[in-house]
Amino acid sequence: MISVNSLTKYYGELLAVDNISFTIRKGEITGLLGPNGAGKTTTLRMLTCYLKPSRGRISIGDFMVDENPMEIRNIIGYLPESAPIYSDMLVFDYLKYIGQIRQIEDRKRIKEISRICGLDEVMHQNVGELSKGYRQRVGLAHAMIHNPEILILDEPTSGLDPNQIVEIRNIIKEIGKEKTVILSTHILSEVEATCDRVIIINKGKIVADGMTTELISSFGNDVKISLKISGTDFNTLSEEIKKIEGIQKITQTENNENLTSAVVMATSEKDNRPEIFRLVTEKEWILYEMSREENSLENVFREITVGGGND
Amino acid sequence: MTKLKSIIIMKKELMSYFTTPIAYIVIVVFLAVTGWFFFSPFFINSQAELRGFFQLLPIMLAFVIPAISMRLFSEEKNTGSFEIIMTLPVSTYDVVIGKFLAASTFTVLMLLPTIFYPISILFITESIDFGPIIGGYIGILFLGGAFSSIGVFASSLTKNQIIAFMIALVICLFLTLIDKFLFFLPNYLLTFFEYLGADFHFRNISRGIIDSRDIIYFISITIIGIIGTVQILEERR
Repeated sequence: MISVNSLTKYYGELLAVDNISFTIRKGEITGLLGPNGAGKTTTLRMLTCYLKPSRGRISIGDFMVDENPMEIRNIIGYLPESAPIYSDMLVFDYLKYIGQIRQIEDRKRIKEISRICGLDEVMHQNVGELSKGYRQRVGLAHAMIHNPEILILDEPTSGLDPNQIVEIRNIIKEIGKEKTVILSTHILSEVEATCDRVIIINKGKIVADGMTTELISSFGNDVKISLKISGTDFNTLSEEIKKIEGIQKITQTENNENLTSAVVMATSEKDNRPEIFRLVTEKEWILYEMSREENSLENVFREITVGGGND
Repeated sequence: MTKLKSIIIMKKELMSYFTTPIAYIVIVVFLAVTGWFFFSPFFINSQAELRGFFQLLPIMLAFVIPAISMRLFSEEKNTGSFEIIMTLPVSTYDVVIGKFLAASTFTVLMLLPTIFYPISILFITESIDFGPIIGGYIGILFLGGAFSSIGVFASSLTKNQIIAFMIALVICLFLTLIDKFLFFLPNYLLTFFEYLGADFHFRNISRGIIDSRDIIYFISITIIGIIGTVQILEERR
């Protein structure tokens, strides 16, 4: 459906998106995850033909972004960050205006979309007077009025309260059953809650790409055990500890005491601490410290995006 | 199709003019100033003529039209709605022409009540020369179009409406006053610079002489403004 090939964007000297490639299949809800300033918005803006790529190609359906911008704009519905909608218009007038530009003259469609997005009560209010949640819903209605195949949403839930977030997520999930949806966010739980697939970007580069469940299981089930031991060196420790079932990796860490310290990665299925303790006593080493930490997706995200741009 | 989308955009822009008080303020100020210049010789010197009114108009419009057009792109860039309009299936030309038409239509609406001035003269004098009046109004349409185009261009340059206003004002005043500043130049140079000035061409038309050179001048300025705006908007992508 969407295929992005070595896409690069410079703002003057500043490299915002650095040679990224991905494809998105039809009917997926894809989350573009990254810290602020990672290049999410820039990527989405290039997909929607708002910005021109410095290098690289984007094809959407049968169309190329640089050759058929009008066709692409017709099949995409786009909600920019924080829904910058004309604040001096009534909700109804605004949707009518967008409908006219998109050549949808049927009034029924406006009614239908206002029902889907829950706008019936505010149709005759000024956009500028709406709460942020309603404003975001108007933005969703604006993006979906022409029943697009692809929906692109830039931070659709930022700045909303928890109830509004749940409402917007439900609408997105409902839409996602039939359409291809791409949304950007810097909130992990959002991806876990709504997306089938996640692409994590940092400093303009893709650092992880996969189905959400796979990513969570590949990183999320890991357990990190930190050790501080004396009476042995790292190599013997490593050799012995790898014999324990469930241990995946052991890495040496720095410490300023005269101890051997290491971080052990293990699966979370079984607690390995008793076995490690037994090993230590068996070998007559001395255990100074042992702590266990669940490696949540939150940690994975922090690890791979650490030092990410500051907005 | 292209034309249709510009018209939709034009209607929307015109509507937003009249949902804020700014439009009414601009119209009232404009009519008050031109009215004073028309009616003060009318009552004080018992002169019933429109020459003063038409002489004043280019300078008036050099102030008023930038004030009308300053928000067209600046506001959208400032609030971010520019991103919405530019990701709808409309070309940059559709948007620019739509906004240009909105500013020009507003100018025409603002000028409509001034028809009352020649009509009031018609009531008190039998002999009235329609040539300069019709010429004056035709000239003002072309001048208004050219200034609107400059205003739209200035608005596309910046997020800040005040800066957009100042840029447009400087360009419009320059075009209006250039031939008045250059009296010290030798004659052959003066004619060249005169040709650049909007006021010179406006005076020609408002004498009742419709010369293709004057028309071409205004149309060129309008087209240059529109193409320039499209270039600026495309360049920033």
